[in-house]
Amino acid sequence: MNDVVLQTRGLVKEFGGLRAVNSLDFTLRRGELRCVIGPNGAGKSTLFKLLTGQLKPTAGTIHFKGLDVTRLLPHEIARAGIGIKFQVPRVYDSLSVAENLWLSARSSHGTAGAGAIVDRVLAEVGLVERRASPVGHLSHGDRQWVEIGMVLTADPDLVLLDEPTAGMTHAEARRTADLVREINRRATLIVVEHDMDFVRNIAGYVTVLHRGAVLAEGTMDEIRANDVVRDIYLGKRPRARS
Amino acid sequence: MTAWALWAVAVVVVAALPAVLSLFQIVQLTVFMIYSLLALSLDLIWGFGGILSFGQAAFFGVGGYFYGIVGINSGSTTLALTAGVAGAAGLAALLGYFTFYGRVGAMYFAVITLTVTLILHQVMGTTADPRYAVGQARLGGYNGMTNIPSLALEAPGRAPLTLDPVQLFYVVGGLLLLVLALTRALVRSSFGRVLGAIREDELRTELLGYDPRWRKLVTFAISGGIAGLAGGLFAGWGNFMNPQVFSMFQSALVVIWVMVGGRGTLYGAVVGTLVVQSLTNYLGTASVTYTTVALGAVLVVIVLLFPRGLVPAIGGAVRRVSGRRPPAPEFAR
Ligand SMILES: Nc1ncnc2c1ncn2[C@@H]1O[C@H](COP(=O)(O)OP(=O)(O)OP(=O)(O)O)[C@@H](O)[C@H]1O
Ligand SMILES: [Mg+2]
Repeated sequence: MNDVVLQTRGLVKEFGGLRAVNSLDFTLRRGELRCVIGPNGAGKSTLFKLLTGQLKPTAGTIHFKGLDVTRLLPHEIARAGIGIKFQVPRVYDSLSVAENLWLSARSSHGTAGAGAIVDRVLAEVGLVERRASPVGHLSHGDRQWVEIGMVLTADPDLVLLDEPTAGMTHAEARRTADLVREINRRATLIVVEHDMDFVRNIAGYVTVLHRGAVLAEGTMDEIRANDVVRDIYLGKRPRARS
Repeated sequence: MTAWALWAVAVVVVAALPAVLSLFQIVQLTVFMIYSLLALSLDLIWGFGGILSFGQAAFFGVGGYFYGIVGINSGSTTLALTAGVAGAAGLAALLGYFTFYGRVGAMYFAVITLTVTLILHQVMGTTADPRYAVGQARLGGYNGMTNIPSLALEAPGRAPLTLDPVQLFYVVGGLLLLVLALTRALVRSSFGRVLGAIREDELRTELLGYDPRWRKLVTFAISGGIAGLAGGLFAGWGNFMNPQVFSMFQSALVVIWVMVGGRGTLYGAVVGTLVVQSLTNYLGTASVTYTTVALGAVLVVIVLLFPRGLVPAIGGAVRRVSGRRPPAPEFAR
């Protein structure tokens, strides 16, 4: 059990009558690279919000590194070692690229070491020349990089990436895949993606979410061979149910 | 570089003013500088913390009454001023604890701070009866608290030296420059940078691992303390406090000073106060029939012409003329 880094039991989130996350049991081992896929509205982003304390679950528990984090506040969960990249980049538009990274570095590494980390990460995400630009002036793709950079800077144990390649070109998406594998050498990851090429490319273990519950789990090949998944998700024509 | 030059100019100007102005003008300018401190306290919490407070007048009043009570009873105005700052900071910390830790929304926060101010107005108004006294200090209801001692220089083993108007002007001017320098250092410190991040996106900042609650609380307490300092100086300047300091008008006036000068600039708080108060005085003496209406009209025009305030407008004009780049984006707002 020691290598389980994240575990949810009976996790439920209701919005009015809608169960966005429905009795979800989800287990993640240390060092895993897990892809979560599922149709729009499957509850992927809601799951991330529950894991980071932005939403409190209606029922169920979340354990991270053996610690019950179900009722912790967002900043406490972040301090425990979970970092997130939002589906829509959530960065400080009026601040410079360097200041965005510095804020992340200061929280995780303190004031003294922050400067050096910012310089290193700026190089890693290829934004050295834009370090002084306000983030609001950057392209959508570059803003994604800034946010990925903020996650890299914090160096968390568990990294949550919600659609990291949205708005990126093919070349950028390939670079992101490389970066994801690179992050995976230090941290456990959950990546939500709609881009199947990307999912195949990073070759993780795949969880299919449907109506807030796990529909299937397995390698990409197993998932592609799964008729039910094909029906509801991979865009094949629904067959008549028996 | 330019910042240092500006500071040097400010010090020289403050030092030289008593030589060129009349005594009456010096006394007037002293109270304007006291009001500037009050405006500065709002700019810290509103301009940098992003939290609009209508409670600065309350902290100002509490600072003044504490100064009066302690000053009358102890005879020491240093102690009195310290009590004014501590009392106001304490009230702000208490209010901030319940609102920030209770996750009260920005709108409710503004309303709550205004309500507290108006409650103090009511309560202090009912203290006319002589039995409402703290030791020797009678609160005095709407008639106010009188016989508050003037600010004095105190040194151990010496008789206290009551400041004359010019000396008081220097002390207040020195304190204003000191508080300005300290708040400037605060907003540029690593604490201040995180505060700016909270203002821009609170949830994002929490998810980076920062607790916004105590940071807002500390900022608000400092802001309350500065307003309390202003209130104490005000009581020592006029030897008098009354519940009008807790009025709706006073509360709104502080917001107007900061808006006119430019929110989030610190210097703007001072400039806005000096401009608005000079204008008020001028309109009052120029026998304009409807002073308040005329003042209101002028303020509306200023806010419409310079929506970000006078200081950002002047700064922009200077940069256009000199062709300099805008300030480093680290501090862009
Ligand atoms: N704050 C909210 N209030 C009410 N309903 C919500 C809220 N957030 C999400 N939902 C609903 O919960 C369901 C799951 O939403 P969620 O955003 O988690 O889906 P998702 O899997 O991330 O979808 P997508 O692929 O489009 O990003 C949706 O039906 C959505 O409308
Ligand atoms: Mg989503």
